[in-house]
Amino acid sequence: MTEAVAFARTPVLTDSYMHYCPGCTHGTAHRLVAEVIDELGIQDRTVGVSPVGCAVLAYNYIDVDFLEAAHGRAPAAATGLRRTLPADRYVFAYQGDGDLASIGMAEILHAANRGEKITVVFINNAIYGMTGGQMAPTTLPGMRTTTSPQGRDSADSGHPIRVCELLDTLVAPVFLARGTLSSAKGVLKAKKLLRRAFELQHQGFTLVELLSTCPTGWGLTPGDSLAWLDRNMTPFFPIRTFREPGAMPPQADPYRPDLRVRDDGPTDEPEE
Amino acid sequence: MTGERQLFKGAEAIAEAAIRAGCRHFFGYPITPQNEIPEYMAKRMPEVGGTYLQAESELASIHMVFGGASTGARVMTSSSSPGLSLMAEGASYLVGAELPAVIVNIMRGGPGLGDIAPAQGDWAMMTRGWGHGDKRYLVLCPSTVQEAVELMAQAFDLAEKYRNPVVLLGDGLLGQMMEPVVFPEAIAVPDPPGWAARGKPKDRRRVIIRSLYLDPAQLETHVDGLFAKFAAMERDEPRAESWCCQDRPPVVVCAFGTVARIARTAIAQARAEGLPVGLWRPITAWPFAAPSLREVARHANRLLCIEMSKGQLVDDVRAVLGPDHAVAFWGRAGGVVPTVEDMLAQIRAQFAQA
Ligand SMILES: Cc1ncc(C[n+]2csc(CCOP(=O)(O)OP(=O)(O)O)c2C)c(N)n1
Ligand code: SF4
Repeated sequence: MTEAVAFARTPVLTDSYMHYCPGCTHGTAHRLVAEVIDELGIQDRTVGVSPVGCAVLAYNYIDVDFLEAAHGRAPAAATGLRRTLPADRYVFAYQGDGDLASIGMAEILHAANRGEKITVVFINNAIYGMTGGQMAPTTLPGMRTTTSPQGRDSADSGHPIRVCELLDTLVAPVFLARGTLSSAKGVLKAKKLLRRAFELQHQGFTLVELLSTCPTGWGLTPGDSLAWLDRNMTPFFPIRTFREPGAMPPQADPYRPDLRVRDDGPTDEPEE
Repeated sequence: MTGERQLFKGAEAIAEAAIRAGCRHFFGYPITPQNEIPEYMAKRMPEVGGTYLQAESELASIHMVFGGASTGARVMTSSSSPGLSLMAEGASYLVGAELPAVIVNIMRGGPGLGDIAPAQGDWAMMTRGWGHGDKRYLVLCPSTVQEAVELMAQAFDLAEKYRNPVVLLGDGLLGQMMEPVVFPEAIAVPDPPGWAARGKPKDRRRVIIRSLYLDPAQLETHVDGLFAKFAAMERDEPRAESWCCQDRPPVVVCAFGTVARIARTAIAQARAEGLPVGLWRPITAWPFAAPSLREVARHANRLLCIEMSKGQLVDDVRAVLGPDHAVAFWGRAGGVVPTVEDMLAQIRAQFAQA
C-alpha cells in the first residue's frame, strides 16, 4: 500500500508552530522563501536577516543561519554579511513596511543603490502589525489605524510610499517586482518572483514586495482581509515586475576618469 | 616595513595597525577629525584584498559592522563624537548579540554639532554603557600614536576574547599628530570562529545571532551571562600607568589620552621647580583601574584631575577614593586644549593649598 502525501512540510521550514495571527500572510511568505531555498539547494549557503516587526522570529521557522537586525537596519546588516561572506553564499533580508519604508528608508535605498548582492523580501501590509496597528508609510489614504483614527489624511501625514516605484529610479537594482499573497494564483506567482530574485541575487540587488494581510491590525476576518487587499491595496500598489536584468534600467552614468579632480589618489600608472 | 620606525599621522597609524591585526573590512561615514582613518582604509584595503565601504550614515556603518561581525570577520568602524551618538543603537545590539568589533572614537567638542577641535567629553558616554540597556564596553585610551598602534592590535583580540565590542577612545590631537611609530608584525587573517553565521553545513546546528529574549527570566539569564563577562574584564583587564610616583609624591595629576601627554611636560617642569608631583593615567577607561589608583592615593592626599571636558574622569576618581581624599578638577571644554603653563599653575595651586 502506498500513501499519497498531499501536502508536506518544506524541509527548510522547522516544525515550530508559527506565532502569526490567523489569516496573516507572513506565514505564507515564510513558506515560499523556504521552498525557494529548498528548490535551489542553498540551505547550507544561505544567511537570513530578520526585521523588527511581527517577523522578528522568522528564524524560528526558516531553517537557515540567521541574524536579527535592529529596526530598519536589515539592509545594512545584510550588506555586512555580503561584504564578508564568500561570494557563493546567499543573503536575504525579510522586512515589513514600517521597518523598510519608514525607519529603514535610508538603509534600503542605499543598499539598493550600491547594488548589494542580496534579496529583500518586503512584506507590505499597509500597517504596523507588531506594535498594535499604527499608521505605516504604506497606509492608504483614508485608512483608519490606531494613530490615524479619522483615516489617514495625506495632506497632513503624507502619501503612501510605493517602494518598488521609488527603487526603480535607481540604476543598480537588477530585479524589482511586486506580487500579492491574496489568492492562490497570487501565491504561486509570488513564489516565482522570489525564486527569480534568489537566482539573480549574485548579479545585484533584488527585491520582491508582497502585498500581505494583517487581519488583526485591520480589524477584519481573514477572508475579508483577502478581499480588502484585492479591492484597496492592489489598485494603489500595482502588481508587476518593475526591473529585470537588461530591461531598461535608467541610463547608467559612464565611468569618467577625466572627472578626477584630485591628483593625490591612486593612479593607474605605475609609480616611477 | 616591520620593526622600523616610521613617521605616521595618528589616524593613519591606527588604520594601518588595524590592517596588520587582520582587519579586512572597514565600514564608515566621514566626520572630522578622523577622516584620515577612512581615507587611509579606502586606499589601503584594496591593496590587501580587503573592503572599504562608505556607509550612508553611522547608523548604517555600525549595522554593517554588525552583519560583518556575525560572519566572524574582523570588522571595524571609526567616527567622532556625533557619529558615536548614532552608533549607540548598533553598539547595544552588538553587545546583546555578543559580537566582537572594534569601534574608534576620535572625540571632538560638543554637545550638539560642537566643533571639530579635540575634546574628551565622551568619557561618560563610553564608560557608562553607551546606548540603551545594561552593559559595558572595554574602552582603551591611548596617549601616544605608538600606544594607539599597540592597543589597536590588542583591541581585536580582546573583542573576540569577550565577544563584546571594544572602543578605542582618542581625541582629535591624537588623530592629527605625526610621530615615529614601530608597527607590530602583521598577522594572517584569522579563520572564522565556530559561532559565526556563514551558512549552516549539514552536520552542525544553525547559528542565530540575536538579542531578543521575550521571556524576562530568559533575558535576565542572558544579561547575567553578559555581566559575568564584564566581571571577568574588571578582574583581568584594568590598565593604568603611574609615572613619577616612585618618590611617593603628595600631589598626583589624573589625566588620560593626550591630556596626560601634555601633563607630563607640566609635571617635569613642576619637579624642576621642586614640586614633587606624579601622574596617574588610566589606559582602560573601563574597566577602571581602581586598585592602581588606590595605590597612588596611599601617598597622594591631593589629586588633580585635568580633562578636556567639564569633568568626567573626575567622577570615577572620586567614586573610587571617597571623601578622604581632596580630588580637585580643572579642565577646558569646547575643544580648547589646556596648555602646559595652565597645568603648571594648577599644580602650583595644589601645593599652595596643601
Ligand atoms: C528603534 C525602534 N523604534 C520602534 C520600535 C517599535 N516597533 C517594533 S515593530 C514596529 C513596526 C513594525 O511594523 P512593520 O515593519 O510594518 O512590520 P509588521 O509588524 O507589520 O510585520 C515598531 C515601530 C522598535 N522596536 N525599535
Ligand atoms: S499583527 Fe498583523 S502582521 Fe502581525 S502576526 Fe498578526 S496579522 Fe500578522
